[in-house]
Amino acid sequence: MTPQPLESIKGFGVTFKQIFKKPITQQYPEYKRPVYPRFRGRHRLHRFENGLEKCVGCSLCAAACPADCIRVVAAENTPTNRVSAGERYARIYEINMSRCIFCGYCELACPFDAITLGNEFELSEYSRDDLIYTKDMLLAEPIKKVPVADRDLYDTPIPYYQEHA
Amino acid sequence: MSDPWWISVIKAFVVVNLLLLTFAYMTWVERKVLGRMQLRYGPNRAGPFGLLQPIADLVKLIRKESFFPASAVDVLYIAAPVLSAFTALAAFSVIPFGPGWHIWKWDVSGVVANIPISLILIFALSSLGIYGFIIGGWASHSKYALLGSMRTCAQMVSYEVSLTFAVLGVVLMGQSLSLVDIVQKQHQTIWFAAPQFVGLVVFFIAGVAETNRPPFDLPEADTELVAGYHTEYSGMRFGLFQMGEYVNMITLSALAVTLFFGGWYGPWAPLGPLWFLIKLLLILFVFLWIRATLPRLRYDQLMRFGWKVLLPLATINALVTAACVVAF
Repeated sequence: MTPQPLESIKGFGVTFKQIFKKPITQQYPEYKRPVYPRFRGRHRLHRFENGLEKCVGCSLCAAACPADCIRVVAAENTPTNRVSAGERYARIYEINMSRCIFCGYCELACPFDAITLGNEFELSEYSRDDLIYTKDMLLAEPIKKVPVADRDLYDTPIPYYQEHA
Repeated sequence: MSDPWWISVIKAFVVVNLLLLTFAYMTWVERKVLGRMQLRYGPNRAGPFGLLQPIADLVKLIRKESFFPASAVDVLYIAAPVLSAFTALAAFSVIPFGPGWHIWKWDVSGVVANIPISLILIFALSSLGIYGFIIGGWASHSKYALLGSMRTCAQMVSYEVSLTFAVLGVVLMGQSLSLVDIVQKQHQTIWFAAPQFVGLVVFFIAGVAETNRPPFDLPEADTELVAGYHTEYSGMRFGLFQMGEYVNMITLSALAVTLFFGGWYGPWAPLGPLWFLIKLLLILFVFLWIRATLPRLRYDQLMRFGWKVLLPLATINALVTAACVVAF
């Protein structure tokens, strides 16, 4: 490789011109880049329109999870305490967020569309114990809204059975 | 001709404090300028424009655990960063930064110490500074540190020869070894950058290699040798090594300004130290510019360049200058 001093000198011009161009860094907390609609973020448990939970406690999601981070303990629905739409409901439903790899297999495995992966990704906590999400936390709406890119442009239409119970 | 001792003490105090402030904000300038050259912002979170970033780094270094390897040779291990920082700071004492002022009823000169052989003092101190790196690497009792320090010292010794030869041309034209006299001569004739252009280029390249700056920073490259001679140092001891490196850079830029660019003289207004500062900052910017542009030299390329290219060039420059000075 022959030394090319003239090209090196032209290299100095390149770095000097870059000073006057606008940097391409996106300043994170002030500007959040919109995620795509099918972005796999924090899990969410869903309910029907009449308030019953969709999750039946079958623990197919726990079986499908490659990281083994879901814990499901089912209990019977009694006439006085009816939580879900089937025979059983998930009494304990916990996901260990420090082990979850956000692959989405639980969403694929669930036969009742009870668990989906939403768009929230800002999940930092101050201690490891706070990272074990219980059923109440998973059922709740996300506190911080994450900007989502245009659904019509980037996603297929949501199928009928997912929108209507 | 020299000031009373207490005026020199006050001046030394002021100069050292300004040097340390310049070193701290030199790290900020470097990160910002390098960031802008790489199409990103530099640090901009710690304070407005990231101006408190050096203070954050300082607090971090002080609070870090300065561990002491059990097999390190104790006195030498602690003394090594002190030695390199001390020689770097001490070399600034003979650099003239102003014309001399008349404050109240005393004449205050523009240098901290006006010595007839100040140029030799600077080179002697920088050679002593190399001891700091040798001792640091050896006393750490670690393979990587020893290898890194051997490489560093071989590099610094080789390029110091070229540095000295490049300065010979200036000495011949300035007819003196004292920096004050050289600055005066540049005011009477022309700035020595014009006739000594080859000498300036050789001085600058040798200076970049002397201070272990990229592209000659193989001894400190994290991917090559862990961290060279400062592998086993952390906390404020590492901070002292960094201080030695940056203050060496500042001293070398100040020397370049003094020898080649007319010191504290400026074209329009007679503001002494301000012109010095402006020229110093411009040369420091060139150091950063070189860092952002050029890739790192491999060690054998580095040594070959120093001995086979730079030294002959410097020698020829000195010989031609000597011939011209005798002839005219």
